[in-house]
Amino acid sequence: MEGFGVVSAFWVLSAVAVVSALGIIVSRNLLHAVLWLILTFVALAGLFITLTADFVAVAQVLVYAGAVGVLVVFAIMLTPSSARTNAETRFFGPGLLVAAAFSTVLAYVALATDWPVVARDAFQTTAQEIGSLLVTRYVLAFELASLVLIVAMVGAIVLVRGGRTVPEEQVEAAAPAESEPEQRQEQTTAVQVH
Amino acid sequence: MMVLARWWDLRSLANPVHALLDWLRDRFPDWVAYVVSGLIGAAAIGLFLGVAMLLLIWVERRVIARIQIRQGPNRTGPAGILQPVADAIKLMQKEALTPFAGDKWVFWLAPVLLFVPTVLTMGVMPFGEGMVVADLNVGVLFIVAVGSTVPLVIFMAGWASNNKYSLLGAMRTIAMVLSYELPAVISLLSVVVLVGSMQLGEIIRFQREHFVWNVFLLPLPFLIYVTASLAEIGRSPYDIAEAESEIVAGYHTEYSGMKFGLFYAVELANALILGGIFAILFFGGWWTFGLDRIIPGWLLFLVKMLLGYWLFVWARGTVPRLRIDQALKFSWQFLIPIGLLNVLLVALEVAIWAETDAPGVILLPFAVVNWLGAAGLVVGYVRLLRLEGVQAPRPVLLTDQIGIVTRVTGPVGAGAAGD
Repeated sequence: MEGFGVVSAFWVLSAVAVVSALGIIVSRNLLHAVLWLILTFVALAGLFITLTADFVAVAQVLVYAGAVGVLVVFAIMLTPSSARTNAETRFFGPGLLVAAAFSTVLAYVALATDWPVVARDAFQTTAQEIGSLLVTRYVLAFELASLVLIVAMVGAIVLVRGGRTVPEEQVEAAAPAESEPEQRQEQTTAVQVH
Repeated sequence: MMVLARWWDLRSLANPVHALLDWLRDRFPDWVAYVVSGLIGAAAIGLFLGVAMLLLIWVERRVIARIQIRQGPNRTGPAGILQPVADAIKLMQKEALTPFAGDKWVFWLAPVLLFVPTVLTMGVMPFGEGMVVADLNVGVLFIVAVGSTVPLVIFMAGWASNNKYSLLGAMRTIAMVLSYELPAVISLLSVVVLVGSMQLGEIIRFQREHFVWNVFLLPLPFLIYVTASLAEIGRSPYDIAEAESEIVAGYHTEYSGMKFGLFYAVELANALILGGIFAILFFGGWWTFGLDRIIPGWLLFLVKMLLGYWLFVWARGTVPRLRIDQALKFSWQFLIPIGLLNVLLVALEVAIWAETDAPGVILLPFAVVNWLGAAGLVVGYVRLLRLEGVQAPRPVLLTDQIGIVTRVTGPVGAGAAGD
């Protein structure tokens, strides 16, 4: 029973992943490329499930299809002429070269590696194991990742603030910011009345 | 409940399914039973959603009409119960327009894809003991992950329409969902930390084992989750993405006919499913303090689900729409900080529980601490931020302006009511 489902799922998901990956590079419309990219992510998540990596699969959907997808969409929204037909570029040749080299390396690694085969038994839970590894063996990497995220967040806030340096008294005074425009308006009307 | 393992004992609907699958396994190769079990799950979800949506449209319209002191649909069938059918027929007859300058394929795909997360979420929902298509180990995370793909689909709809109001609606949706996903996940984290499992069936069994609903243990996560999930599915008071007084109908401005019908149906189905998620995570799912010995668990679950839905309809009928900046600010400045602090509190309690090897009775003091903590966090944080909520506009005193002691009633100048 397991065998049939897993095998058919593998082939369907692989086909979807390959076709949508081709779609990314073939489509001239940038937004279509993003949609293909997200479909690739989802198909890869399915492949993770066939490898009994349920947590990784769901995290893949959450992080890549959800968060990264939205992020890329936003990046495209800020790109001029994103939806129009993107013409040939002079980077076509070098791009092809790099892609060919990269896929050769990947193919070599995939073929040369002696992949360990795990006997198929009952679907094992991975979430708990990953969780305990994250806070024991890999705790340093985990903490470093959170540090990087905080730095990125602070950086984003600094960027958005636009380089204005605000003295500390003003930051504290800015807390009841909503009432400020109203007061100003009242003052100006008072001046007019006088 | 002593459920007999016979196919005709419908107190657990899993019985007939298992009987059928066993029968198939005896007579046919393995893959037949495999395919049939998948088809049964799909058919059950499709049927349930279809019937529920027809019913819910009627419930929603009648209840909102009652709240707004009008009649609501009352001409089609007894008490207007056939109105959804008439609506559906009307929508199907309508021409499904496609904007000439729009992106045809993406425009067509968006309403279809919007249905996928809804159906997938139904797949992990345990209606009764053993009555679930797939009780995943990572069920809670699965619900969150599937829900995180919704803004993308809504963006597809808004972008492909090639209409500024659609795009504005889509952008608002993304901003809303990104902001409110965080408090929703944080509140779910409290439940997961307490139970120690992300499996929905396990969460229900935890509540049965300790004879308590999670809502009594975790009041603040429940409130945060209700708020955040309301915002995530974009129903009023958070229907900012389709605020008709501001941006026509938001991301589905250009949709007509059954494509519009799909958007409408998904909104209803999402509300119903959220009712189900509340029931599972906070109200014991199919377990109800032993009442499930008398009444089948799946009926109890349906009742809880519909009560959750009722809450949403109620909110829609009574609460005015928030402004987008107010909504975002509420999430980032209020829900997320108190949610994080509450997670710390729950984690501390779980650590104490694990260290002391105490029996389940220890949940009682935990509940007291959590209720006090919830009240303290909300009140304390409001005091800390000096948030004053929405204030009624102060009557303008003429003395403020010209110094004569005369009271002007009614709104003069800034701060008129109802903006």
